[in-house]
Amino acid sequence: MREFILIFRNSTNSHDNPSPEQLQERMNWLAGIAAQNKLADKGNRLSASDAKTVKPDMVTDGPYTEIKEFISGYMILKAANIEEAVAFAQANPVLKAGGNVEVRAILRPEEKS
Amino acid sequence: MAANTSELLPQLFRLEYSKMTAVLCRLFGLQHMETAEDIVSETFLKATEVWSAQGIPENPTAWLYTVAKNKTKDYLKHISIFETQVKGALTSGETQAETDFDFNPQSISDSQLAMIFAVCNPANSAASQICLALQILCGFSVEEIADAFLSKTETIKKRLLRARSNLRNDNFQIRQLQEATIKERLDVVLRTLYLLFNEGYFSKSNNHLIRKDLCSEAIRLALILTENPLTNTTQSNALLALMCFQSSRLDARANNEGETVLYEQQDKNLWSKELIEQGNYYLVHACSGNEVSKYHLEAGIAYWHTTPTDNNKWSHILQLYNQLILIEYSPMTALNRTFAFAKVYGHQPGIQEAEKLGLSNNSHYHSLLGYLYAETDTDKAIAHYQQAICLTKSTAEKKTLMKEINRLLL
Repeated sequence: MREFILIFRNSTNSHDNPSPEQLQERMNWLAGIAAQNKLADKGNRLSASDAKTVKPDMVTDGPYTEIKEFISGYMILKAANIEEAVAFAQANPVLKAGGNVEVRAILRPEEKS
Repeated sequence: MAANTSELLPQLFRLEYSKMTAVLCRLFGLQHMETAEDIVSETFLKATEVWSAQGIPENPTAWLYTVAKNKTKDYLKHISIFETQVKGALTSGETQAETDFDFNPQSISDSQLAMIFAVCNPANSAASQICLALQILCGFSVEEIADAFLSKTETIKKRLLRARSNLRNDNFQIRQLQEATIKERLDVVLRTLYLLFNEGYFSKSNNHLIRKDLCSEAIRLALILTENPLTNTTQSNALLALMCFQSSRLDARANNEGETVLYEQQDKNLWSKELIEQGNYYLVHACSGNEVSKYHLEAGIAYWHTTPTDNNKWSHILQLYNQLILIEYSPMTALNRTFAFAKVYGHQPGIQEAEKLGLSNNSHYHSLLGYLYAETDTDKAIAHYQQAICLTKSTAEKKTLMKEINRLLL
């Protein structure tokens, strides 16, 4: 088992008035991972409005980088390999709303890449 | 009043033994726990002798308190003579202060609270804490504890000896329970009472009376917590609410043959309305702040189980289980969550969710799958029920599962 972080990206703010069904769906997804004892950190949702991007010469409003897409949240799970982590990500409801999920193995101290 | 000594004494023993030892332990300190227990045991021994010869006194409890108090004073006087003559250590003033004690409701309740915190010592394992709690706080015999745990009396004896020596060496300040100590240990106390209750509620023991005793003792101890301002927290109230709701179904859960009656087949008239109302009362108190602990969530789930009519019931229960599994994983929570999931979304999605759990060594996993397959695939359902029977140690559960298989074979 190793840990993978799932980074959720959206082009719309998914925390803005989700319907009860959407909330239930997200909760079911997260709790489904916890029920397999594979949740390492339920992570956090990230604000879309109280956000700045700091560059060497300036500070801009918003979380936007070059593309109009921002990180809406993250969580960390335990999986046997990246394929299993990807399978969890594929079931995430964010995909239905046009978002995407980045899956990255978390490096152990001795690992380089 | 009971007709004779042999009927009355066991009842009084169960009621008063732990109260009296608590008061004396607080007086002597935990290092001298055995002395306190000896004095109380001698008191009961004397009661047996005197009452069977002269009849039961007007107020048996007061009689016990007076005898114990006199025995304690004698003991302290003896110690004091010993100490002053041999060591010259004790001044008469100090001894005076020490003998100044009483068995009144306030001192009993303070002492019991202090004893709860002394017994729930993290130096001991959770299982040892429960054994100690049963012996010291609830006055259970070693045999009764062994019966509740389905263990050998020798095992329990050894466990208690080790646990008691840890208590003595801990230097826990029982005389004056400090606020800081309460804050530091309250989590452990709540957890031990929670496990003590569960030991009764989900016990493998077939002795229904012992199981009910464990549950009501856990409630009695949790009540002591809610009666003291320092321990009357929202979590304590949530735990007590949970215990009340669960206990309300104790009589409906077992039939005359000692078999477990499944929730859906229970006679709802046997549910205790009084305990449900008490549960509601403590749940309201539990929800007076913003805190949501696992006890809050479990009490919430137990609350919904007392309301058979609501249409959205299972959806509420699933939401609570979702939150609960995020706080703390346990195979039982995972399985119960999946059951609720199947109730909301149907058996087929429930099966998919269940098969991901990876709990194939767990009897409850197979009985859940047996239940979920029962409508669509009898062969698979029976196979799972059979695996559950192989894996469970509880005879009551084996019987219940056999019944389900026989029903499917019809």
